[in-house]
Amino acid sequence: MNVIKTIDELNAVKAKYADVVGTRIEGKENGVRDVLVCGGTGCTSSGSMKIIDVLKEEIKKNGLEDKVNVIKTGCFGLCALGPIMIVYPEGTFYSKTEPEHIPEIVEQHLKNGQPVKKYLYAETVSGDEIKSLNETAFYANQHRVALRNCGVISPEHVEEYIARDGYQALYKCLTQLTPDDVIETILNSGLRGRGGAGFPTGKKWMLARNLVKDADQKYVCCNADEGDPGAFMDRSVLEGDPHTVIEAMAIAGYAIGANQGYIYVRAEYPIAVERLKIAISQAEEIGMLGDDIFGTGFSFRLGLRLGAGAFVCGEETALMTSIEGNRGEPRPRPPFPAVKGLFGKPTVLNNVETYANVCQIILNGADWFASMGTEKSKGTKVFALGGKIHNTGLVEVPMGTTLRTVIEDIGGGIPNGKKFKAAQTGGPSGGCIPAQHLDIPIDYDNLISIGSMMGSGGLIVMDEDNCMVDIAKFFLDFTVDESCGKCTPCRIGTKRMYEMLEKITKGNATMEDLDKLEKLCYYIKDNALCGLGQTAPNPVLSTMRYFRDEYEAHIKEKRCPAGVCKSLLNFTIDKDKCVGCGLCARNCPASAITRTDYVAPGKKLAAMAIDSQKCVKCGACMDNCKFNAISKG
Amino acid sequence: MVNIKINGAEYQVPDDSTILQAARIAGIKIPTLCYLKDINEIGACRICVVEVKGARSLVASCVYPVNEGMEIFTNTPKVVESRRTTLELILSNHNISCLSCSRGGNCELHELCNEYGVDPHKFEGENPTPEIDYSAAHMYRDNSKCILCRRCVAACGVTQGIGVIGANERGFATQIASAFDMDLADTACVSCGQCITACPTGALSEKDDTAKVLEAIADPEKLVVVQAAPAVRASLGEAFGLPIGTNVEGKMIAALRRLGFDKVFDTNFSADLTIMEEAHEFLDRVQNGGTLPMITSCSPGWVRYCENYFPEFIPNLSTCKSPQQMFGAVVKTYYAKKQGRNPEDIVCVSVMPCTAKKFEIGRDDQNAGGVPDVDIAITTRELANLIKRAGIMFNELPDEQADSPLGGYSGAGVIFGATGGVMEAALRTAAWKLTGENNDAPVDFKEVRGVEGVKAATYEVGGKTVRVAVASGLANAKKLLKDVKAGNASYDFIEIMACPGGCVNGGGQIIQPASVRNFTDIRAERAKVLYGIDEKCEHRRSHENPDIQKLYKEFFGEPNSHKAHEVLHTSYKEQKLYR
Repeated sequence: MNVIKTIDELNAVKAKYADVVGTRIEGKENGVRDVLVCGGTGCTSSGSMKIIDVLKEEIKKNGLEDKVNVIKTGCFGLCALGPIMIVYPEGTFYSKTEPEHIPEIVEQHLKNGQPVKKYLYAETVSGDEIKSLNETAFYANQHRVALRNCGVISPEHVEEYIARDGYQALYKCLTQLTPDDVIETILNSGLRGRGGAGFPTGKKWMLARNLVKDADQKYVCCNADEGDPGAFMDRSVLEGDPHTVIEAMAIAGYAIGANQGYIYVRAEYPIAVERLKIAISQAEEIGMLGDDIFGTGFSFRLGLRLGAGAFVCGEETALMTSIEGNRGEPRPRPPFPAVKGLFGKPTVLNNVETYANVCQIILNGADWFASMGTEKSKGTKVFALGGKIHNTGLVEVPMGTTLRTVIEDIGGGIPNGKKFKAAQTGGPSGGCIPAQHLDIPIDYDNLISIGSMMGSGGLIVMDEDNCMVDIAKFFLDFTVDESCGKCTPCRIGTKRMYEMLEKITKGNATMEDLDKLEKLCYYIKDNALCGLGQTAPNPVLSTMRYFRDEYEAHIKEKRCPAGVCKSLLNFTIDKDKCVGCGLCARNCPASAITRTDYVAPGKKLAAMAIDSQKCVKCGACMDNCKFNAISKG
Repeated sequence: MVNIKINGAEYQVPDDSTILQAARIAGIKIPTLCYLKDINEIGACRICVVEVKGARSLVASCVYPVNEGMEIFTNTPKVVESRRTTLELILSNHNISCLSCSRGGNCELHELCNEYGVDPHKFEGENPTPEIDYSAAHMYRDNSKCILCRRCVAACGVTQGIGVIGANERGFATQIASAFDMDLADTACVSCGQCITACPTGALSEKDDTAKVLEAIADPEKLVVVQAAPAVRASLGEAFGLPIGTNVEGKMIAALRRLGFDKVFDTNFSADLTIMEEAHEFLDRVQNGGTLPMITSCSPGWVRYCENYFPEFIPNLSTCKSPQQMFGAVVKTYYAKKQGRNPEDIVCVSVMPCTAKKFEIGRDDQNAGGVPDVDIAITTRELANLIKRAGIMFNELPDEQADSPLGGYSGAGVIFGATGGVMEAALRTAAWKLTGENNDAPVDFKEVRGVEGVKAATYEVGGKTVRVAVASGLANAKKLLKDVKAGNASYDFIEIMACPGGCVNGGGQIIQPASVRNFTDIRAERAKVLYGIDEKCEHRRSHENPDIQKLYKEFFGEPNSHKAHEVLHTSYKEQKLYR
């Protein structure tokens, strides 16, 4: 593509590709079918690249090259159903696609117009009726702003992004708005940082623009070092719509007066990294990055920096320290990045999802954005749903949606008829929300008031089989491992917290230990250097707050109510149910099961028994018993 | 100035103060562990936390700036309990062996634990004891006592610009070590010991050679002579409760005598000797087109740094041995002959403000008498320990004088211990020489004095223009050499000392806690001692020292003579950064 210097040139590209993309968006009939195959990390790992290969082969065999386009997109959201494939204009939704399904789909659907029902996502099929993806419960309750292009366009073709109003916002800013106008728009929209803390984005930009007069250099950074366990919102945006982040960063650069930006992305996101590289080079090629953008004299360049996998590098000062080439450790604030950030220069750092909202706000106005959400939390929020839930995947809902809607309607509820126990938000910095708060509207302030936090958007659902002490221990294990080791409270304090939790789950703790643990939690919150340390106790404090009885059961009764903590488990064989088949003993890795002398009435062989001293609590006996004779408790 | 409140009372403090500094102005000492002014302002240990009205959590006062109307509370129950918990957490991961620790009685952690009344066993859990790194000639690292304050890392990386140590691993497993956990001896460590004097605990210590000294003294077959470097007398008194900046030369000599040394001499003497050789070497280079700028070679940390990082400057290094080594060389040749003793039967002990001197005695080409010039090098700290252990009541000792013939010195010799001192001493003799041996030639070259990192001056002497530069602290040296290399600056003569401020602030000196170092310039205070002695000296130029004149007359003939070269000069070679 040529360099785009004017709005006419940009609109020409938009017009040229409008139909192509329009087929997918509005179901326009142009005689051509688009087959969208998810190329996000989830579907790629379940084999979507192979699907694309086979698809192309079969299309060629059937002579459909002119009639069918195969497009590799970003994430659709329903990751558990991958590889996902959608056929437009119908919008029919194939899930868990296997390469063997493809010849039939191509022949029957793409050639003859008859969708292959047996391969469609079951929820979209009822009798003869086939629903499109957007009509499923999973999608119907969502509202996609940040993810608007994910699963719609090919992220590796800037033309498709342009067809979806790409780079119009940048043009508008550079030619119609002053930097102060841009900041005011973002400020009025009420957009808050999606990385977790929820600082008003417009205010951040304003500080970076105004606090230091006469700065010789400023920077714009993008935090794509998403590290919360189970969270992949940012990855999906980068994989599905990288240009929206690039465009927003250029806008931020214009707003604060920076001509250089850096995207700090974790190296464990190879697909996102690759697509960013492609997108940056395309943006450079068409002049959306570089010197004199749209002939306005504004210049902006972007560099990509890969993180080596430390969770703490998602903390803003650690991230900048890492970009500078040093060990990724947080530094004290103040000075804040707006004053002294990257390389000691005023810097704006926003999260990927935050940037993903910016262009839409510029194009649709602050009021449009502010019309969504709650009083203090505007717009939408993307969540990565995981844990004990049907629809594992990525969802975007307006702020203020209740947890119940997200879990029961969009998420499809909890499998196996189990009971909801808690939802964990905010990753290792967040907390567990119990059933009593299921109807609270999700926003920054509400989550904090109930002892959790928004965090970057991980949402893990837990059912009655989860031990809350064990969950707290899981997150602490993560924090201990990911602590950078700089400050004392986090380095040693979280380790000691973990050890205390271990003591509890092993049944060795006293109530004094619980008291000590709680005090240590508050100490770390008050004393740690950075956000990682200050929030590390949250999973413990929130579970203590709502599930104190579980802690006390471990301590006082030496019992794990959910039957998770191995040390407190006892496997026993009901001697009257046992038929003496010996299968349990043969499967016991610790040779802990032997035959007794007791033969139950009506049984031929003597019953088996478990030596609890030798038992390693693996549960293999119970899994193998065909007579339900073994129980744990 | 801004108006603030501390614990309810109002104060005016400078705008750019941190809370820590502001509190100090108000007469309140907030405890610190990781904070070292200018080089380690990282807010890591959290011992200095205070409450600030309106702040979400406690703040680290060492890095938190004051602002107008700020209300600070330094002594609330929450603050005190937090500090106590921090200490208790540190202790839960600490090798508590205070009774046998090298820093017993001078440990910042121990002192705070006493102040805060901690329970050392409040938190139990994993407390690993990592292997001790004994590899280096001059020091060892015992990470079981490390509190990860990173002061050593800053001393090495920021002050010295070397950075051979840093944090490895992360979280609870974090350890200060060299890259890839290499032995320190296999790295480009220059042995300056600045890390040791930065350490608040006993994690870093010099190798203790005091036992060797006692053994030598106890051996009736050996003649044991001792020399003490100029800077030692400016710091030793601190170990006995005397104020920083007390001259204890006389008591030091008296103490050395009471320790049982056969002869108590003075490195000031060989500093004069160094000047004789170095000033003449300089004049020779100037007059005969030798490599310029000539750079001093008295500081073994600097010499090692040059060999490691700037080998292209090796031809610029003066070939003169350091005063320590010149002294040993003279003892093992001239003095041995004079006493009718075999050099093998003489044990030459040096007391140095320096840990690199332990490394220097083992260098190649430092054995004029066929045996090592110096046998044992101990630091000022080790001498203090020897004196205490011997029950010598230091403060009550009379002032005594060093023995002859290797104990007399001029003012030029004594100022070697401060940055700029070697330069000034050399200039004194060079100026005298260049002005046709005129006794009215200038003696004071004040432009090269003071603690500033890099100093430059131009002097017109005897019709010659001499451009000189002085750097102390290797980060400063690096800056200076880069300028010279890039052609941004041009000099005839450069003095470089590895330690900031020169030997008075050497890695072997008495350790002052950060609470002192952050508020007092110990370099300047100790340097005053040396310039004070210089001012009162009968002779202020090295060549005026009668013992030196006698030495040349009886043994060397002329400065830079063949004999002098054999005994008093050495060579250098490029070193690999990692072995």
